[in-house]
Amino acid sequence: MKLKGRVWKFGDNVDTDVIIPARYLNTTDEKELAKHCMEDLDPEFASKVKPGDIIVAGESFGIGSSREHAPIAIKASGVSLVIAKSFARIFYRNSINIGLPILENEEVYDLVETGDEIEVDLDKGEIHVKGKTLEARPFPEFIKEIIRYGGLLNYAKEKYL
Amino acid sequence: MGQTIAQKIIAKHAGVERVTPGEIYLVDVDFAFGNDITAALSIKQFNEIGARKVFDPEKVGLIPDHYTPNKDIKTAIITQSMRNFAREHGITHHYEVGEVGIEHALLPEKGVVLPGDLVIGADSHTCTYGALGAFSTGIGSTDLTFAWITGKVWLKVPETLKFVINGKLPRWSGGKDIILYIIGKIGVNGANYRVMEFSGDTIRNLNMDNRFTICNMAIEAGAKTGIIEPDEKTIEYVEQRKERSTYTVYKSDKDAEYEKIYEINAEDIVPQVAFPHLPENTKPIYEVEKMDIRIDQAVIGSCTNGRISDLEIAAKILKGHKVANKLRLIILPATPAIYREALERGYIEIFLDAGAVIAPPTCGPCLGGHMGVLAPGEKAISTTNRNFRGRMGHVESEVYLSNPAVAAASAIAGKIVSPEYILGGN
Ligand code: SF4
Repeated sequence: MKLKGRVWKFGDNVDTDVIIPARYLNTTDEKELAKHCMEDLDPEFASKVKPGDIIVAGESFGIGSSREHAPIAIKASGVSLVIAKSFARIFYRNSINIGLPILENEEVYDLVETGDEIEVDLDKGEIHVKGKTLEARPFPEFIKEIIRYGGLLNYAKEKYL
Repeated sequence: MGQTIAQKIIAKHAGVERVTPGEIYLVDVDFAFGNDITAALSIKQFNEIGARKVFDPEKVGLIPDHYTPNKDIKTAIITQSMRNFAREHGITHHYEVGEVGIEHALLPEKGVVLPGDLVIGADSHTCTYGALGAFSTGIGSTDLTFAWITGKVWLKVPETLKFVINGKLPRWSGGKDIILYIIGKIGVNGANYRVMEFSGDTIRNLNMDNRFTICNMAIEAGAKTGIIEPDEKTIEYVEQRKERSTYTVYKSDKDAEYEKIYEINAEDIVPQVAFPHLPENTKPIYEVEKMDIRIDQAVIGSCTNGRISDLEIAAKILKGHKVANKLRLIILPATPAIYREALERGYIEIFLDAGAVIAPPTCGPCLGGHMGVLAPGEKAISTTNRNFRGRMGHVESEVYLSNPAVAAASAIAGKIVSPEYILGGN
């Protein structure tokens, strides 16, 4: 799977509370959640983000609660991929389970600014940015498969039901 | 190269000879459960995608413990959906009020989780059962739904950190102090993604209750789970209550690979207090005592320290004493069996005489749910596991974490003190 998109850059420790504030957790409607995605960090994010855009962030992206609303809000906002230096454990699981691609890479962060364009080959785990090719650890086959199916529940539906 | 106990359990459930950290497997689960916060979402997902049958009605758990008995209409509706789901699918491990207790105390006590099992729960403190030599970890609601349908969960094989604790613990120190001391040293992210394996003669000398306390708080260092090799104490505990006839005892190989090994001298671990608002903010009790921290409430209970030996320690200290003027002491036996035993041993009478209130087996105030929520500006000492901002109530309240001895002594003194402050030098 190949992706191409504009970068939205955020810092370290982006927690689940700023990804989707608790005041909006009374709904599970994806569109509604997407409207408030990243609101407390960048109020313009939800209105300006375009399908295919890529989030680039620092350490411990997604720390905090185990709420699945956080990756759901990001995915529903149109973001195609999150690249971070590292992810919090449960956010990592939840993203994969709901079919939001994520990659761990340390170097991209310092090379890009918001608005830059990058290309990613998810299968190879390659990130192409400003003429350079960087490696992210490619996903194991199983996780690629979950992402291809659009999440763990779709995977279960196709394979087991 | 040898394998750790965690690697061996994962390999067995993945159907392979051996596993290496970083690999991902779809593994079989022996038990998959949720509580009255998380199971509702899984039930909804299960029905929405059109699943008809759970993989095995005996391996699914539904444990309404957080707001038990129902604290309001919303929670009543949630437990109703769990009850209906249990009936519809013939779920054997659904516990109703009267038999329900806090999940992480209840499941080992009932012999549902056994050594060598691979268990997942939609609750972060599922790591508690590592004390039985099981591999158990907290997951999200989607993972739970998936496991109910397929009997499987995907797992990335974690690295293991080994903590070797040797020596004699100081008086009034226990499992809680060991784990708080370690979290104080390595921090709340110190074991992120990893397994914490606890060993050494201090651990071997601890009873099962204290071992559960240690593994319970592995998540507070970011760990995937905590684990302790089974020994004769584990086997004795398990044999008295096991629900299935067979189980497997795994041990780490001598040449197993660890990412890091920490050697800890138990004599350094005096009772610890974790200050607001992170479990890593630990200080030794003797330093804390000098700070004269006045408290409004003391809580003894939870999946961390609500077991019989915790209540035994509290009773020892509270016997013949009264709680401080205007202080609320709330004691929550973690399960009905623990409640009954405390009654039979005379602890409940001691607690009542001291002026405590006894709550039913529930999570209650641990997560600020009910039965002892804090007002703005109030301070509590608590034997629970988290002291995040607002965890027990208002965002401007404060929670100090400790073992049951320190909590009981502090309830009498009205401020945070060591047990010696009440009982004298020995
Ligand atoms: S007692 Fe507290 S930490 Fe334990 S399961 Fe209940 S709410 Fe969670």
